[in-house]
Amino acid sequence: MSIILGILEEGLIYAILALGVYITYSILDFPDLSVDSTFPLGAAVTAALLLAGVPASAALLISFFCGVLAGIVTGLIHVKLKVVDLLSGIIVMTGLYSINLAIAGGANLAFFGQSTIFENDITAPLLSSPAGDFTVTLISLAVVLVVKFLLDAYLKTRSGYLLRAAGDNDTLVTSLAKDKGTVKIIGLALANGLVALSGSVYCQKQGFFEISTGTGSIVIGLASVIIGTKLFRRASFMKTTTAVIIGSILYKACIAAAMAIGIFKTSYMKFVTAALFLIILVISNRSRGKGAA
Amino acid sequence: MLELKNICKNYNQGTVNEMCLFENFCLTIGDGEFVSVVGSNGSGKTSMLNIICGSIPVDSGQIIIGRKDITRMPEHKRLRTIGRVYQNPAMGTCPNMTILENMAMADTKGKSFNLRPGTDRKRIDYYRDSLKVLGLGLEDKLDVKVGVLSGGQRQAMALLMSTMTPIEFLILDEHTAALDPKTAETIMELTGKIVEEKKLTTIMVTHNLRYAAEYGNRLLMMHQGKVILDKSGDRKQETRTEDLLSLFNEISVECGN
Repeated sequence: MSIILGILEEGLIYAILALGVYITYSILDFPDLSVDSTFPLGAAVTAALLLAGVPASAALLISFFCGVLAGIVTGLIHVKLKVVDLLSGIIVMTGLYSINLAIAGGANLAFFGQSTIFENDITAPLLSSPAGDFTVTLISLAVVLVVKFLLDAYLKTRSGYLLRAAGDNDTLVTSLAKDKGTVKIIGLALANGLVALSGSVYCQKQGFFEISTGTGSIVIGLASVIIGTKLFRRASFMKTTTAVIIGSILYKACIAAAMAIGIFKTSYMKFVTAALFLIILVISNRSRGKGAA
Repeated sequence: MLELKNICKNYNQGTVNEMCLFENFCLTIGDGEFVSVVGSNGSGKTSMLNIICGSIPVDSGQIIIGRKDITRMPEHKRLRTIGRVYQNPAMGTCPNMTILENMAMADTKGKSFNLRPGTDRKRIDYYRDSLKVLGLGLEDKLDVKVGVLSGGQRQAMALLMSTMTPIEFLILDEHTAALDPKTAETIMELTGKIVEEKKLTTIMVTHNLRYAAEYGNRLLMMHQGKVILDKSGDRKQETRTEDLLSLFNEISVECGN
Protein backbone atom coordinates (compact mmCIF):
# COMPACT_ATOMS: atom_id res chain seq x y z
CA MET A 1 0.00 0.00 0.00
CA SER A 2 2.69 2.42 0.98
CA ILE A 3 4.49 1.67 -2.30
CA ILE A 4 1.38 2.54 -4.30
CA LEU A 5 0.86 5.73 -2.31
CA GLY A 6 4.50 6.59 -2.85
CA ILE A 7 4.08 6.13 -6.61
CA LEU A 8 0.94 8.27 -6.64
CA GLU A 9 2.52 11.04 -4.58
CA GLU A 10 5.67 11.25 -6.68
CA GLY A 11 3.75 10.67 -9.91
CA LEU A 12 1.34 13.51 -9.18
CA ILE A 13 4.03 15.94 -8.05
CA TYR A 14 6.16 15.20 -11.11
CA ALA A 15 3.03 15.50 -13.25
CA ILE A 16 3.20 19.28 -12.71
CA LEU A 17 6.75 19.19 -14.10
CA ALA A 18 5.54 16.96 -16.94
CA LEU A 19 2.85 19.54 -17.83
CA GLY A 20 5.58 22.15 -18.07
CA VAL A 21 7.70 19.90 -20.27
CA TYR A 22 4.56 19.24 -22.36
CA ILE A 23 4.37 22.96 -23.13
CA THR A 24 7.98 23.22 -24.31
CA TYR A 25 8.51 19.78 -25.86
CA SER A 26 5.11 19.02 -27.40
CA ILE A 27 3.47 22.39 -27.96
CA LEU A 28 6.46 24.64 -28.67
CA ASP A 29 8.76 21.94 -30.06
CA PHE A 30 11.58 23.38 -27.95
CA PRO A 31 13.89 20.89 -26.16
CA ASP A 32 14.36 22.87 -22.97
CA LEU A 33 17.07 21.29 -20.79
CA SER A 34 17.02 24.12 -18.24
CA VAL A 35 14.29 22.10 -16.49
CA ASP A 36 17.03 20.19 -14.66
CA SER A 37 17.85 23.39 -12.80
CA THR A 38 14.47 25.12 -12.63
CA PHE A 39 13.04 22.16 -10.70
CA PRO A 40 15.62 22.53 -7.86
CA LEU A 41 15.24 26.32 -8.24
CA GLY A 42 11.65 25.98 -7.05
CA ALA A 43 12.86 23.72 -4.24
CA ALA A 44 15.67 26.07 -3.13
CA VAL A 45 13.41 29.14 -3.16
CA THR A 46 10.77 27.26 -1.18
CA ALA A 47 13.23 25.97 1.44
CA ALA A 48 14.70 29.42 1.95
CA LEU A 49 11.28 31.10 2.14
CA LEU A 50 9.78 28.56 4.55
CA LEU A 51 12.76 28.93 6.87
CA ALA A 52 12.26 32.69 6.74
CA GLY A 53 8.69 32.16 7.93
CA VAL A 54 6.88 32.82 4.65
CA PRO A 55 3.56 30.91 4.38
CA ALA A 56 3.72 27.73 2.32
CA SER A 57 1.14 28.85 -0.23
CA ALA A 58 3.06 32.08 -0.86
CA ALA A 59 6.22 30.01 -1.30
CA LEU A 60 4.42 28.07 -4.04
CA LEU A 61 3.54 31.24 -5.91
CA ILE A 62 6.96 32.83 -5.51
CA SER A 63 8.62 29.61 -6.71
CA PHE A 64 6.36 29.69 -9.76
CA PHE A 65 7.44 33.24 -10.58
CA CYS A 66 11.12 32.39 -10.09
CA GLY A 67 10.63 29.60 -12.64
CA VAL A 68 8.92 32.09 -14.96
CA LEU A 69 11.99 34.35 -14.72
CA ALA A 70 14.33 31.45 -15.51
CA GLY A 71 12.17 30.58 -18.52
CA ILE A 72 12.29 34.17 -19.73
CA VAL A 73 16.09 34.11 -19.51
CA THR A 74 16.26 30.91 -21.59
CA GLY A 75 13.86 32.50 -24.07
CA LEU A 76 15.80 35.75 -24.32
CA ILE A 77 19.07 33.89 -24.87
CA HIS A 78 17.45 31.90 -27.67
CA VAL A 79 15.38 34.63 -29.31
CA LYS A 80 17.40 37.80 -28.82
CA LEU A 81 20.94 36.40 -28.78
CA LYS A 82 20.06 33.76 -31.39
CA VAL A 83 21.63 30.84 -29.51
CA VAL A 84 20.40 27.37 -30.58
CA ASP A 85 17.45 26.17 -28.43
CA LEU A 86 19.32 23.21 -26.91
CA LEU A 87 22.30 25.36 -25.92
CA SER A 88 20.13 28.14 -24.44
CA GLY A 89 18.67 25.57 -22.06
CA ILE A 90 22.07 24.15 -21.20
CA ILE A 91 23.49 27.60 -20.46
CA VAL A 92 20.65 28.44 -18.08
CA MET A 93 20.80 24.97 -16.54
CA THR A 94 24.50 25.35 -15.75
CA GLY A 95 24.26 28.91 -14.51
CA LEU A 96 21.25 28.24 -12.30
CA TYR A 97 23.12 25.48 -10.46
CA SER A 98 25.26 28.06 -8.68
CA ILE A 99 22.28 30.33 -8.12
CA ASN A 100 20.36 27.46 -6.51
CA LEU A 101 23.32 26.82 -4.20
CA ALA A 102 23.43 30.50 -3.31
CA ILE A 103 19.68 30.69 -2.61
CA ALA A 104 19.77 27.64 -0.33
CA GLY A 105 23.13 28.60 1.13
CA GLY A 106 24.51 25.13 0.45
CA ALA A 107 23.82 21.79 -1.19
CA ASN A 108 21.29 20.83 1.50
CA LEU A 109 18.75 22.81 3.45
CA ALA A 110 16.26 21.20 5.82
CA PHE A 111 13.13 22.89 7.15
CA PHE A 112 11.60 20.16 9.28
CA GLY A 113 8.96 21.49 11.61
CA GLN A 114 8.02 24.45 9.38
CA SER A 115 4.44 24.38 8.19
CA THR A 116 4.12 23.29 4.54
CA ILE A 117 1.16 22.79 2.21
CA PHE A 118 1.11 19.21 3.50
CA GLU A 119 1.71 19.77 7.20
CA ASN A 120 -0.06 22.77 8.67
CA ASP A 121 -2.80 23.63 11.14
CA ILE A 122 -5.55 22.84 8.67
CA THR A 123 -4.23 19.43 7.62
CA ALA A 124 -3.21 18.42 11.16
CA PRO A 125 -6.53 16.72 12.06
CA LEU A 126 -6.54 14.96 8.67
CA LEU A 127 -2.99 13.72 9.17
CA SER A 128 -3.80 12.17 12.52
CA SER A 129 -7.04 10.60 11.27
CA PRO A 130 -7.15 7.05 9.84
CA ALA A 131 -7.02 8.55 6.36
CA GLY A 132 -3.81 10.36 7.25
CA ASP A 133 -1.72 8.32 4.82
CA PHE A 134 -3.70 9.72 1.91
CA THR A 135 -3.20 13.37 2.82
CA VAL A 136 -0.14 13.96 0.67
CA THR A 137 -1.71 12.18 -2.31
CA LEU A 138 -4.93 14.16 -2.03
CA ILE A 139 -3.21 17.53 -1.67
CA SER A 140 -0.87 16.74 -4.57
CA LEU A 141 -3.87 15.69 -6.65
CA ALA A 142 -5.61 18.96 -5.84
CA VAL A 143 -2.58 21.01 -6.94
CA VAL A 144 -2.19 18.98 -10.15
CA LEU A 145 -5.87 19.36 -11.02
CA VAL A 146 -5.81 23.12 -10.46
CA VAL A 147 -2.73 23.39 -12.72
CA LYS A 148 -4.31 21.13 -15.33
CA PHE A 149 -7.57 23.06 -15.53
CA LEU A 150 -5.80 26.42 -15.65
CA LEU A 151 -3.53 25.15 -18.42
CA ASP A 152 -6.47 23.70 -20.37
CA ALA A 153 -8.29 27.00 -20.05
CA TYR A 154 -5.21 28.97 -21.13
CA LEU A 155 -4.71 26.84 -24.24
CA LYS A 156 -8.21 27.82 -25.34
CA THR A 157 -7.55 31.56 -25.14
CA ARG A 158 -6.28 33.70 -28.01
CA SER A 159 -2.85 33.73 -26.42
CA GLY A 160 -3.00 29.94 -26.00
CA TYR A 161 -3.94 29.52 -29.66
CA LEU A 162 -0.90 31.57 -30.63
CA LEU A 163 1.34 29.42 -28.41
CA ARG A 164 0.08 26.28 -30.13
CA ALA A 165 0.52 27.92 -33.52
CA ALA A 166 4.13 28.86 -32.68
CA GLY A 167 5.02 25.21 -32.19
CA ASP A 168 2.93 24.02 -35.09
CA ASN A 169 3.88 26.49 -37.82
CA ASP A 170 5.64 29.65 -36.73
CA THR A 171 5.33 31.20 -40.20
CA LEU A 172 1.63 31.58 -39.46
CA VAL A 173 2.42 33.48 -36.25
CA THR A 174 4.39 35.97 -38.35
CA SER A 175 1.53 36.09 -40.87
CA LEU A 176 -0.81 36.97 -38.01
CA ALA A 177 1.44 40.01 -37.39
CA LYS A 178 2.80 38.63 -34.12
CA ASP A 179 6.43 38.23 -33.12
CA LYS A 180 7.07 34.50 -32.87
CA GLY A 181 10.04 35.14 -30.55
CA THR A 182 7.80 36.76 -27.94
CA VAL A 183 5.38 33.84 -28.12
CA LYS A 184 8.24 31.40 -27.53
CA ILE A 185 9.41 33.38 -24.52
CA ILE A 186 5.89 33.34 -23.05
CA GLY A 187 5.73 29.56 -23.54
CA LEU A 188 9.12 28.99 -21.91
CA ALA A 189 8.16 31.26 -19.01
CA LEU A 190 4.94 29.39 -18.37
CA ALA A 191 6.59 25.97 -18.71
CA ASN A 192 9.45 26.75 -16.34
CA GLY A 193 7.02 28.33 -13.90
CA LEU A 194 5.23 25.00 -13.69
CA VAL A 195 8.51 23.10 -13.35
CA ALA A 196 9.60 25.32 -10.43
CA LEU A 197 6.14 24.91 -8.88
CA SER A 198 6.62 21.16 -9.11
CA GLY A 199 10.02 21.53 -7.41
CA SER A 200 8.40 23.58 -4.65
CA VAL A 201 5.70 20.96 -3.99
CA TYR A 202 8.28 18.16 -4.08
CA CYS A 203 10.54 19.89 -1.60
CA GLN A 204 7.62 20.65 0.74
CA LYS A 205 6.83 16.94 0.75
CA GLN A 206 10.44 15.98 1.46
CA GLY A 207 10.99 18.58 4.15
CA PHE A 208 14.37 19.54 2.77
CA PHE A 209 16.13 20.89 -0.30
CA GLU A 210 18.89 18.96 -1.98
CA ILE A 211 20.82 20.26 -4.99
CA SER A 212 20.87 16.88 -6.74
CA THR A 213 17.05 16.50 -6.86
CA GLY A 214 16.97 18.19 -10.24
CA THR A 215 19.37 15.86 -12.01
CA GLY A 216 17.42 13.88 -14.58
CA SER A 217 14.15 15.75 -14.11
CA ILE A 218 14.05 16.61 -17.83
CA VAL A 219 14.19 12.87 -18.54
CA ILE A 220 11.34 12.21 -16.11
CA GLY A 221 9.30 14.98 -17.72
CA LEU A 222 9.96 13.83 -21.28
CA ALA A 223 9.25 10.20 -20.44
CA SER A 224 5.94 11.15 -18.82
CA VAL A 225 4.91 13.27 -21.79
CA ILE A 226 5.85 10.58 -24.31
CA ILE A 227 4.13 7.77 -22.38
CA GLY A 228 1.02 9.86 -21.90
CA THR A 229 0.75 11.17 -25.44
CA LYS A 230 1.59 7.85 -27.15
CA LEU A 231 -0.45 5.58 -24.91
CA PHE A 232 -3.62 7.61 -25.14
CA ARG A 233 -3.10 8.77 -28.72
CA ARG A 234 -6.40 7.30 -29.85
CA ALA A 235 -8.35 8.22 -26.74
CA SER A 236 -9.92 11.32 -28.22
CA PHE A 237 -12.21 11.74 -25.20
CA MET A 238 -9.19 12.47 -23.03
CA LYS A 239 -7.38 15.78 -22.94
CA THR A 240 -3.64 15.58 -23.60
CA THR A 241 -2.98 17.23 -20.24
CA THR A 242 -4.81 14.36 -18.50
CA ALA A 243 -2.83 11.85 -20.54
CA VAL A 244 0.43 13.52 -19.47
CA ILE A 245 -0.56 13.32 -15.78
CA ILE A 246 -1.36 9.61 -16.12
CA GLY A 247 1.90 9.17 -18.05
CA SER A 248 3.80 10.66 -15.13
CA ILE A 249 2.20 8.24 -12.64
CA LEU A 250 2.85 5.27 -14.97
CA TYR A 251 6.48 6.24 -15.38
CA LYS A 252 6.98 6.47 -11.62
CA ALA A 253 5.31 3.06 -11.33
CA CYS A 254 7.71 1.60 -13.92
CA ILE A 255 10.70 2.94 -12.00
CA ALA A 256 9.33 1.69 -8.69
CA ALA A 257 8.79 -1.73 -10.26
CA ALA A 258 12.31 -1.82 -11.68
CA MET A 259 13.78 -0.82 -8.34
CA ALA A 260 11.56 -3.25 -6.41
CA ILE A 261 12.89 -6.22 -8.33
CA GLY A 262 15.98 -5.51 -6.33
CA ILE A 263 18.69 -5.98 -8.93
CA PHE A 264 19.59 -2.34 -8.65
CA LYS A 265 21.02 -0.57 -5.64
CA THR A 266 19.42 2.77 -4.74
CA SER A 267 22.42 4.53 -6.24
CA TYR A 268 21.39 3.13 -9.65
CA MET A 269 18.13 5.12 -9.59
CA LYS A 270 19.22 7.60 -12.25
CA PHE A 271 20.53 4.78 -14.42
CA VAL A 272 17.14 3.08 -14.28
CA THR A 273 15.47 6.43 -15.02
CA ALA A 274 17.58 6.91 -18.15
CA ALA A 275 17.38 3.29 -19.34
CA LEU A 276 13.59 3.25 -19.00
CA PHE A 277 13.38 6.51 -20.93
CA LEU A 278 15.44 4.98 -23.74
CA ILE A 279 13.16 1.95 -23.88
CA ILE A 280 10.07 4.18 -24.01
CA LEU A 281 11.59 6.28 -26.80
CA VAL A 282 12.47 3.21 -28.87
CA ILE A 283 9.02 1.68 -28.42
CA SER A 284 7.27 4.91 -29.36
CA ASN A 285 9.48 5.29 -32.45
CA ARG A 286 8.70 1.72 -33.50
CA SER A 287 4.97 2.19 -33.20
CA ARG A 288 5.23 5.32 -35.32
CA GLY A 289 7.20 3.35 -37.92
CA LYS A 290 4.30 0.95 -38.35
CA GLY A 291 2.30 3.76 -39.81
CA ALA A 292 0.22 4.45 -36.74
CA ALA A 293 -0.12 8.17 -37.09
CA MET B 1 0.80 52.54 -53.09
CA LEU B 2 3.94 50.47 -52.81
CA GLU B 3 7.32 51.79 -53.87
CA LEU B 4 10.64 50.02 -54.07
CA LYS B 5 13.35 52.65 -54.49
CA ASN B 6 16.92 51.83 -55.56
CA ILE B 7 16.93 48.46 -53.87
CA CYS B 8 20.34 46.75 -53.78
CA LYS B 9 20.66 43.18 -52.62
CA ASN B 10 23.72 40.96 -52.66
CA TYR B 11 23.80 37.39 -51.48
CA ASN B 12 26.83 35.94 -49.67
CA GLN B 13 28.48 39.35 -49.50
CA GLY B 14 32.23 39.25 -48.99
CA THR B 15 32.65 35.63 -50.04
CA VAL B 16 33.69 34.04 -53.32
CA ASN B 17 30.04 33.11 -53.88
CA GLU B 18 28.97 36.74 -53.81
CA MET B 19 26.05 37.29 -56.12
CA CYS B 20 24.42 40.56 -56.94
CA LEU B 21 20.68 40.13 -57.39
CA PHE B 22 19.29 43.65 -57.37
CA GLU B 23 21.17 46.76 -58.31
CA ASN B 24 19.13 49.95 -57.96
CA PHE B 25 15.91 48.06 -58.49
CA CYS B 26 12.87 50.31 -58.69
CA LEU B 27 9.20 49.42 -58.87
CA THR B 28 5.97 51.25 -58.12
CA ILE B 29 2.68 49.47 -57.65
CA GLY B 30 -0.46 51.58 -57.48
CA ASP B 31 -3.53 50.95 -55.35
CA GLY B 32 -5.92 48.42 -56.82
CA GLU B 33 -3.40 46.92 -59.24
CA PHE B 34 -3.31 43.16 -59.66
CA VAL B 35 0.23 42.49 -60.83
CA SER B 36 1.26 39.13 -62.26
CA VAL B 37 4.98 38.50 -62.12
CA VAL B 38 6.70 35.87 -64.26
CA GLY B 39 10.35 35.05 -64.79
CA SER B 40 12.83 32.20 -64.79
CA ASN B 41 14.27 30.65 -61.64
CA GLY B 42 16.71 32.99 -59.94
CA SER B 43 15.29 36.06 -61.63
CA GLY B 44 14.48 37.61 -58.26
CA LYS B 45 10.69 37.20 -58.11
CA THR B 46 10.49 35.55 -54.73
CA SER B 47 13.35 37.69 -53.40
CA MET B 48 11.31 40.74 -54.36
CA LEU B 49 8.35 39.44 -52.35
CA ASN B 50 10.63 38.62 -49.42
CA ILE B 51 12.04 42.14 -49.55
CA ILE B 52 8.55 43.67 -49.57
CA CYS B 53 7.44 41.50 -46.63
CA GLY B 54 10.69 41.95 -44.70
CA SER B 55 11.64 38.26 -44.70
CA ILE B 56 15.08 39.27 -45.96
CA PRO B 57 16.88 42.59 -45.36
CA VAL B 58 18.08 44.86 -48.16
CA ASP B 59 21.62 46.22 -48.45
CA SER B 60 20.37 49.65 -49.42
CA GLY B 61 17.31 51.34 -50.82
CA GLN B 62 13.86 52.17 -49.55
CA ILE B 63 10.57 50.33 -49.29
CA ILE B 64 7.59 52.63 -48.96
CA ILE B 65 3.95 51.72 -48.41
CA GLY B 66 1.50 54.62 -48.58
CA ARG B 67 3.84 57.36 -47.46
CA LYS B 68 5.52 55.35 -44.79
CA ASP B 69 9.07 54.09 -45.07
CA ILE B 70 8.99 50.49 -43.83
CA THR B 71 12.55 49.52 -44.79
CA ARG B 72 13.55 48.93 -41.18
CA MET B 73 10.22 47.58 -39.96
CA PRO B 74 10.36 43.93 -38.79
CA GLU B 75 8.51 41.32 -40.83
CA HIS B 76 5.69 40.62 -38.40
CA LYS B 77 4.77 44.29 -38.15
CA ARG B 78 4.64 44.68 -41.92
CA LEU B 79 2.41 41.66 -42.26
CA ARG B 80 -0.24 43.46 -40.25
CA THR B 81 -1.41 45.09 -43.47
CA ILE B 82 -0.15 42.41 -45.84
CA GLY B 83 -1.67 39.00 -46.45
CA ARG B 84 0.69 36.39 -47.84
CA VAL B 85 0.03 32.98 -49.35
CA TYR B 86 3.03 30.71 -49.84
CA GLN B 87 3.83 28.08 -52.44
CA ASN B 88 3.79 25.37 -49.78
CA PRO B 89 0.17 24.89 -48.65
CA ALA B 90 1.41 23.86 -45.18
CA MET B 91 2.77 27.36 -44.50
CA GLY B 92 -0.56 29.13 -44.24
CA THR B 93 -2.32 26.97 -41.66
CA CYS B 94 -1.61 25.09 -38.42
CA PRO B 95 -1.86 21.33 -39.06
CA ASN B 96 -2.47 20.29 -35.44
CA MET B 97 -5.27 22.78 -34.90
CA THR B 98 -8.81 22.41 -36.14
CA ILE B 99 -10.33 24.27 -39.07
CA LEU B 100 -12.38 26.32 -36.62
CA GLU B 101 -9.34 27.22 -34.51
CA ASN B 102 -7.40 28.24 -37.61
CA MET B 103 -10.25 30.44 -38.82
CA ALA B 104 -10.61 32.01 -35.38
CA MET B 105 -6.91 32.83 -35.26
CA ALA B 106 -7.00 34.44 -38.68
CA ASP B 107 -9.99 36.46 -37.52
CA THR B 108 -8.04 37.70 -34.49
CA LYS B 109 -5.23 39.13 -36.64
CA GLY B 110 -4.77 42.81 -35.86
CA LYS B 111 -6.43 42.44 -32.46
CA SER B 112 -4.70 41.60 -29.21
CA PHE B 113 -3.96 37.91 -28.60
CA ASN B 114 -4.96 38.15 -24.94
CA LEU B 115 -6.74 35.84 -22.49
CA ARG B 116 -10.14 36.10 -24.14
CA PRO B 117 -11.58 32.89 -25.59
CA GLY B 118 -9.66 31.88 -28.72
CA THR B 119 -12.84 31.12 -30.62
CA ASP B 120 -15.70 33.59 -30.53
CA ARG B 121 -18.80 31.37 -30.69
CA LYS B 122 -20.81 34.16 -32.29
CA ARG B 123 -18.51 34.16 -35.32
CA ILE B 124 -18.86 30.46 -36.13
CA ASP B 125 -21.71 31.02 -38.58
CA TYR B 126 -19.64 33.61 -40.39
CA TYR B 127 -16.71 31.14 -40.66
CA ARG B 128 -19.08 28.47 -41.92
CA ASP B 129 -20.45 30.80 -44.58
CA SER B 130 -17.03 31.86 -45.80
CA LEU B 131 -15.89 28.22 -45.97
CA LYS B 132 -19.02 27.34 -47.92
CA VAL B 133 -17.95 29.74 -50.67
CA LEU B 134 -14.92 27.50 -51.29
CA GLY B 135 -17.25 24.66 -52.29
CA LEU B 136 -14.99 22.05 -50.70
CA GLY B 137 -17.33 20.91 -47.94
CA LEU B 138 -15.04 22.28 -45.23
CA GLU B 139 -17.96 24.02 -43.52
CA ASP B 140 -19.09 20.62 -42.18
CA LYS B 141 -15.65 19.72 -40.86
CA LEU B 142 -15.02 22.57 -38.46
CA ASP B 143 -13.59 20.28 -35.76
CA VAL B 144 -11.28 18.40 -38.11
CA LYS B 145 -7.55 19.07 -37.83
CA VAL B 146 -6.18 20.92 -40.84
CA GLY B 147 -3.31 18.42 -41.08
CA VAL B 148 -5.60 15.77 -42.59
CA LEU B 149 -6.80 18.04 -45.40
CA SER B 150 -5.37 17.86 -48.91
CA GLY B 151 -2.92 20.45 -50.23
CA GLY B 152 -5.65 22.13 -52.27
CA GLN B 153 -8.03 22.36 -49.32
CA ARG B 154 -5.27 23.79 -47.14
CA GLN B 155 -4.29 26.33 -49.78
CA ALA B 156 -7.92 27.40 -50.13
CA MET B 157 -8.03 27.91 -46.37
CA ALA B 158 -4.71 29.75 -46.41
CA LEU B 159 -6.09 32.11 -49.05
CA LEU B 160 -9.27 32.65 -47.07
CA MET B 161 -7.38 33.19 -43.81
CA SER B 162 -4.88 35.65 -45.25
CA THR B 163 -7.68 37.82 -46.63
CA MET B 164 -10.13 37.55 -43.73
CA THR B 165 -9.12 40.74 -41.96
CA PRO B 166 -8.72 44.06 -43.81
CA ILE B 167 -5.33 44.19 -45.56
CA GLU B 168 -3.76 46.60 -48.00
CA PHE B 169 -1.73 44.09 -49.98
CA LEU B 170 -2.11 40.49 -50.99
CA ILE B 171 1.14 38.69 -51.81
CA LEU B 172 0.83 35.40 -53.67
CA ASP B 173 4.07 33.48 -53.89
CA GLU B 174 3.55 30.81 -56.58
CA HIS B 175 0.53 29.78 -54.58
CA THR B 176 -0.75 27.29 -57.16
CA ALA B 177 2.61 25.71 -58.01
CA ALA B 178 2.35 22.77 -55.59
CA LEU B 179 -1.18 21.81 -56.63
CA ASP B 180 -2.53 19.49 -59.31
CA PRO B 181 -3.81 21.29 -62.47
CA LYS B 182 -7.47 21.03 -61.55
CA THR B 183 -7.04 22.20 -57.97
CA ALA B 184 -4.71 24.96 -59.17
CA GLU B 185 -7.48 26.13 -61.48
CA THR B 186 -10.00 26.18 -58.60
CA ILE B 187 -7.62 28.11 -56.34
CA MET B 188 -6.84 30.58 -59.13
CA GLU B 189 -10.53 31.24 -59.79
CA LEU B 190 -11.05 31.72 -56.08
CA THR B 191 -8.12 34.14 -55.97
CA GLY B 192 -9.58 36.19 -58.81
CA LYS B 193 -12.93 36.32 -57.02
CA ILE B 194 -11.51 37.37 -53.65
CA VAL B 195 -9.23 40.02 -55.16
CA GLU B 196 -12.14 41.47 -57.10
CA GLU B 197 -14.59 41.41 -54.19
CA LYS B 198 -12.22 42.93 -51.65
CA LYS B 199 -10.52 45.21 -54.20
CA LEU B 200 -7.10 44.11 -53.00
CA THR B 201 -3.83 45.38 -54.38
CA THR B 202 -2.18 42.11 -55.35
CA ILE B 203 1.22 40.88 -56.42
CA MET B 204 1.17 37.35 -57.79
CA VAL B 205 4.32 35.48 -58.68
CA THR B 206 3.62 32.52 -60.93
CA HIS B 207 5.28 30.09 -63.31
CA ASN B 208 2.02 29.54 -65.07
CA LEU B 209 2.14 31.87 -68.08
CA ARG B 210 -1.54 31.37 -68.80
CA TYR B 211 -2.55 32.56 -65.34
CA ALA B 212 -0.21 35.50 -65.75
CA ALA B 213 -1.85 36.43 -69.04
CA GLU B 214 -5.44 35.80 -67.91
CA TYR B 215 -5.43 37.30 -64.45
CA GLY B 216 -4.52 40.74 -63.27
CA ASN B 217 -4.31 44.14 -64.90
CA ARG B 218 -0.54 44.46 -65.03
CA LEU B 219 2.16 42.04 -66.08
CA LEU B 220 5.85 42.02 -65.17
CA MET B 221 8.54 39.76 -66.51
CA MET B 222 11.71 39.62 -64.49
CA HIS B 223 15.15 38.47 -65.54
CA GLN B 224 18.40 38.60 -63.59
CA GLY B 225 17.06 41.08 -61.08
CA LYS B 226 15.55 43.44 -63.62
CA VAL B 227 12.07 44.05 -64.95
CA ILE B 228 12.34 43.33 -68.68
CA LEU B 229 8.65 43.61 -69.49
CA ASP B 230 5.99 45.78 -67.89
CA LYS B 231 2.56 45.91 -69.47
CA SER B 232 -0.59 47.33 -67.99
CA GLY B 233 -4.10 48.27 -69.07
CA ASP B 234 -5.03 47.40 -72.66
CA ARG B 235 -1.50 46.36 -73.52
CA LYS B 236 -1.71 43.78 -70.72
CA GLN B 237 -5.11 42.51 -71.87
CA GLU B 238 -3.77 41.94 -75.41
CA THR B 239 -0.92 39.80 -74.15
CA ARG B 240 -1.37 36.14 -74.92
CA THR B 241 0.31 33.14 -73.34
CA GLU B 242 2.19 32.46 -76.60
CA ASP B 243 3.78 35.93 -76.59
CA LEU B 244 5.05 35.36 -73.10
CA LEU B 245 6.38 31.94 -73.98
CA SER B 246 8.37 33.19 -76.95
CA LEU B 247 9.85 36.01 -74.91
CA PHE B 248 10.67 33.51 -72.22
CA ASN B 249 12.50 31.33 -74.74
CA GLU B 250 14.48 34.32 -75.97
CA ILE B 251 15.86 35.20 -72.56
CA SER B 252 16.56 31.57 -71.80
CA VAL B 253 18.59 31.24 -75.00
CA GLU B 254 20.59 34.31 -74.01
CA CYS B 255 21.41 32.59 -70.76
CA GLY B 256 22.39 29.44 -72.59
CA ASN B 257 19.97 27.05 -70.96
